[in-house]
Amino acid sequence: MISQEAIALIIVFAPAIAAAIAGLGQRVLGDRGAMAVTTAVVVTAALLAAYQFLAHVFGDHEGGAHGHTVVIANWLSVGNFIADWAVRIDTLSVVMMFVVTSVSALVHIYSISYMEHDPHRARFFAYLSLFTFAMLMLVTADNFIQMFFGWEGVGLASYLLIGFWYKKPSANSAAIKAFVVNRVGDFGFALGIMAIVLVVQAPAEMLDGAGAVSAAYLQQLGVAEFSSLRFETAFAVIEQNALVQPVGFSGALPIQDVALDFLGLHVDALELIGVLLFIGAMGKSAQFILHTWLPDAMEGPTPVSALIHAATMVTAGVFLVCRASYLYEHTVFAANMITIIGAITCFFAATVGLAQNDIKRVVAYSTCSQLGYMFFAAGIGAYQAAMFHLFTHAFFKALLFLSAGAVIHGLHDEQDMRKMGGLRRKMPIAWAMMLIGTLALTGVGIPAVEGLHIGFAGFFSKDAIIESAYASPDQFGPMAFWLGVGAALLTSFYSWRLMIMTFHGPTRAKQEYYDHAHDAPWIMTIPLALLAVGAVFAGGVFYDAFVEHYQAEFWGDAIYTASENHVLHDRHYVPTWVLIAPAAAWITGLVLAIIFYGLLPRIPPAIGESGGPLHSFLSRKWYFDEIYNFVFVRGAALLGDLFWKVGDKTLIDGGGPNAAAAISKATGSGVSRLHTGYLFHYALVILLTVVAFGAVVIWSMVS
Amino acid sequence: MNELPLLSLMTFLPLVGAVLIIALRNLAGAREGALSSMIALVTTLATLTVSLVVLGGFDPDGAEYQFVERQAWFGNSSYAMGVDGLSLSLVILTTALTPLCILQAMTSIKDRVPSFMVAFLVLETLMIGVFCAMDLILFYVFFEGGLIPMFLIIGIWGGKNRLYAAFKFFLYTLLGSLLLLAALVYMYTVTGTTFIPDLQDYPFAPGVQTWLWLAFFASFAVKLPMWPVHTWLPDAHVEAPTSGSVVLAAILLKMGGYGFLRFSLPMFPDASELFQPLMFALSVVAIVYASLVAFRQTDIKKLVAYSSVAHMGFVTLGIFAFNEEGIQGAIFQMISHGIISGALFFCVGVIYDRMHTREISFYGGLVHRMPVYAAFMMLFSMANVGLPGTSGFIGEILTMVGGFQASTLAAAGAAIGVILSAVYMLTLYRRTVFGELVNEKLSAIKDVTALEFLILGLLAAGTLILGVAPSYVFELTEGSTLELLSMIGR
Repeated sequence: MISQEAIALIIVFAPAIAAAIAGLGQRVLGDRGAMAVTTAVVVTAALLAAYQFLAHVFGDHEGGAHGHTVVIANWLSVGNFIADWAVRIDTLSVVMMFVVTSVSALVHIYSISYMEHDPHRARFFAYLSLFTFAMLMLVTADNFIQMFFGWEGVGLASYLLIGFWYKKPSANSAAIKAFVVNRVGDFGFALGIMAIVLVVQAPAEMLDGAGAVSAAYLQQLGVAEFSSLRFETAFAVIEQNALVQPVGFSGALPIQDVALDFLGLHVDALELIGVLLFIGAMGKSAQFILHTWLPDAMEGPTPVSALIHAATMVTAGVFLVCRASYLYEHTVFAANMITIIGAITCFFAATVGLAQNDIKRVVAYSTCSQLGYMFFAAGIGAYQAAMFHLFTHAFFKALLFLSAGAVIHGLHDEQDMRKMGGLRRKMPIAWAMMLIGTLALTGVGIPAVEGLHIGFAGFFSKDAIIESAYASPDQFGPMAFWLGVGAALLTSFYSWRLMIMTFHGPTRAKQEYYDHAHDAPWIMTIPLALLAVGAVFAGGVFYDAFVEHYQAEFWGDAIYTASENHVLHDRHYVPTWVLIAPAAAWITGLVLAIIFYGLLPRIPPAIGESGGPLHSFLSRKWYFDEIYNFVFVRGAALLGDLFWKVGDKTLIDGGGPNAAAAISKATGSGVSRLHTGYLFHYALVILLTVVAFGAVVIWSMVS
Repeated sequence: MNELPLLSLMTFLPLVGAVLIIALRNLAGAREGALSSMIALVTTLATLTVSLVVLGGFDPDGAEYQFVERQAWFGNSSYAMGVDGLSLSLVILTTALTPLCILQAMTSIKDRVPSFMVAFLVLETLMIGVFCAMDLILFYVFFEGGLIPMFLIIGIWGGKNRLYAAFKFFLYTLLGSLLLLAALVYMYTVTGTTFIPDLQDYPFAPGVQTWLWLAFFASFAVKLPMWPVHTWLPDAHVEAPTSGSVVLAAILLKMGGYGFLRFSLPMFPDASELFQPLMFALSVVAIVYASLVAFRQTDIKKLVAYSSVAHMGFVTLGIFAFNEEGIQGAIFQMISHGIISGALFFCVGVIYDRMHTREISFYGGLVHRMPVYAAFMMLFSMANVGLPGTSGFIGEILTMVGGFQASTLAAAGAAIGVILSAVYMLTLYRRTVFGELVNEKLSAIKDVTALEFLILGLLAAGTLILGVAPSYVFELTEGSTLELLSMIGR
């Protein structure tokens, strides 16, 4: 029996080795070899992660699960800036390892068939495995720097995979946009790291003579070594409200009282760190304002959309916030900001989803919207519910994407739903899978009956979030609740709209394409079926562990909730209408979708053609791209040209060297010397003279 | 002194090689090019070996200068050589990169090969000398002497506008060196010594410090280069042959950063503190301004050159943070930028040798014909944008962490550069490597040769190893960093 630590190490590093083998050895292995290696390795990792996860869920949690860390090597050690390469094993990372490797394994298998005719399959699979590795490094980090390594690593993999078809200009643009917008978020994350290093410093009186942190202070915190960036240290300091002495401070203060100047503002240190880290999360998880890259990312191959842009990478921001629950439990402003941005995103993205015609973009906006739910759940302190929704969402959203991929694959690469319809007869399996995904996404289940756990996965997790929002004493709880219920209605409407436009009614596809439309081969169907199992059961089976009876023991020390935070408990005491509201929302959405797309299908195109302001506002995605293009892209180009042509050429060169050259030309009898190379000799002579002159001056001076 | 004078041996070995080439070139007749290249390669490899011997014998825990050689010279000055962790790390960078430059030049320089090799070897001697000199006059001679071979390399083996570029390069550095010379003379008159450790201990009056600091600043700011005295760099790079660009970006620029660390901070601590806001402002302007200008370039080399200006902004930010993270980060950033910018210029050289143009619009779709090249270029682009796992990240994050503790505004400004670097590098990559192969002239372009693969592969290994295990550098430089901090009272 191999140890728990060894299992975790294999899970994390095996995909890296597979990526290296496939990437560097593709000429030797060939496409088939590269696919076989990567798929076999990631499937193995997934099986191990599933074992690890199930052992954890059904294991003994007496006294709560305790995390521990396997340190592999020191990475960086400069002053108090200490970070290791490490694998942290606790409930959060065990859940994430399972989600990441299982979806990744299924996507690997699916891609064997989906990418069958692509000449660069080996490269594709190497990227997929590379992504898996980076994502695993992110979720198993024991410090902020390794997390940042994984964070940017998944960004790189995402960039490479969105731009996988590098001949397509649109794919190239989308890849760059994704990377750059993510970098805007990373700007916040990096500043957050800097603020942590600044603030989390041992007080002077806790240092021994050599400047090392005293044993008493370490013991008080319960850590073996003091490192600002290590979760263990930073979170212990925050939880105990321990004394710290930030750089530049003359005395020690409890950390929750520290305030500092940031860009001219005097702000609470923990709030500052919380906001900065959340900006990072907003970029990675495509939250309102930094969301614009996600829909464009659909330019990548569909399996990539399922793995990276639905199930795993985009949830990294939610994971970060939950990982930092120790921090956010002590910040009011930052937590409120998370609630507000999350709630706005969940509603905003759902409205845009109403007016999209590209099947993948509908699902992409749906992802954006669902991430909003997770964020506001975390913002109000229901981290467990956020993680639960992250968990269930991974399965049903990957299912929706891969089913969409099956439709696109079977219909001559058509993605426009206006050119679909009636496909249920041609693709019964894709229809069934998409139906299961839709039922899970819209949260179909039986509410308000005590002890009856019947429903699709999304029902349990989404309703837990909506109930928590209602029960929350937070100022912005009601706002989150109402936007959440509203978004549930819109979600149901656009999801059923997608189902009807794709699978029902008379077909609008080209007759030739329709005739050849077919279900996907078995190798693509197997992953769909397995994900469907998850979409049906992941909610009911794991409900008790994630958010119910033994959630406290299950999460152990991975998630921290302050003593006054009982939102998960209080949600049981909400009025019955609150329990029924989400169900009412999805039923209304379904009915409206049937009316507009099933019974009166002429109305929606008419609205689209009439070009009303609301419709264009939605179909143009609230004009974010237009505004950003105008302000940032053109702004950067303008400034760049200004600095280059006016700053460098006219002002600096014009005033300095060119003026000097002009003078030398004027005094040195003409232009001809410039062309004959005299100037060169002239300059060389001066140069030699200067050096000789210097030597002579010094010589005469010293001797 | 009974031991072998290793530092002098290391410094002047390339000069011996240069003399050998001059002496033997006529014997080889038509094969003088091959012979001189071979001599140059063997000499630089021997120099690398000696520098590794020095590294092996270096005690990283000792903060003092080691391998010290000191001979009375004239007056009160002396021929004094020695290395600490700071100088040794830059010496190794120099000795490791020069053989790669020679390898590259062997195939790409066709004209007057022996003279080129002589110039290059002399340059190596002067570069190593700069980092080893423990006497201010000796430093000055190496520092300014280095201009001459570089000037010749650009002026003789450069491109079409080489004269303009060489002239501009000369004009800027002349300005700096005259002021440096004046300061040097003054310092000697006042203190009666030019021995660097003694000067570092000498308490200059604060008012005097200000003027001396400014004189040194003029010289180092041009070298680094800092905004607004940076405009010579893009022109010099564009005109220089590939190997010249590599040493220019990788090593010559580092002399500016080295100068700040060796002279400005320890000798003029009060003035350094006084000018901290100025240095921060110039660093941030350099980072943001140069990144935006880089974004608009149409010439690959100019783009990479502006990117160098931006990356040097992180160096000055870190140095003037006056803390361990900042200074260690700045030293690391210099080493890392040496590898990455060197590699990027080698990459440009690969396609320039084939197509003889650096216009971005000429290229596009290289990945279809040059997949291995595309992979290298991707790696180095990512290193240049500071992706964690590459050495570029370590230098940037540490200098920003250090800078943040001194000024949140400066660090936040620098962090904008981290966004912008992604913009210009990925745009460059997209325009040259990705996309359809449209230009018919590119249809027969060949992927990297074995030699190019070797050069790029070594640099790739360098940036990845230092990205994952940067402690190799930090252990070497920690002693001198702490010593420096104690000298400025931090």
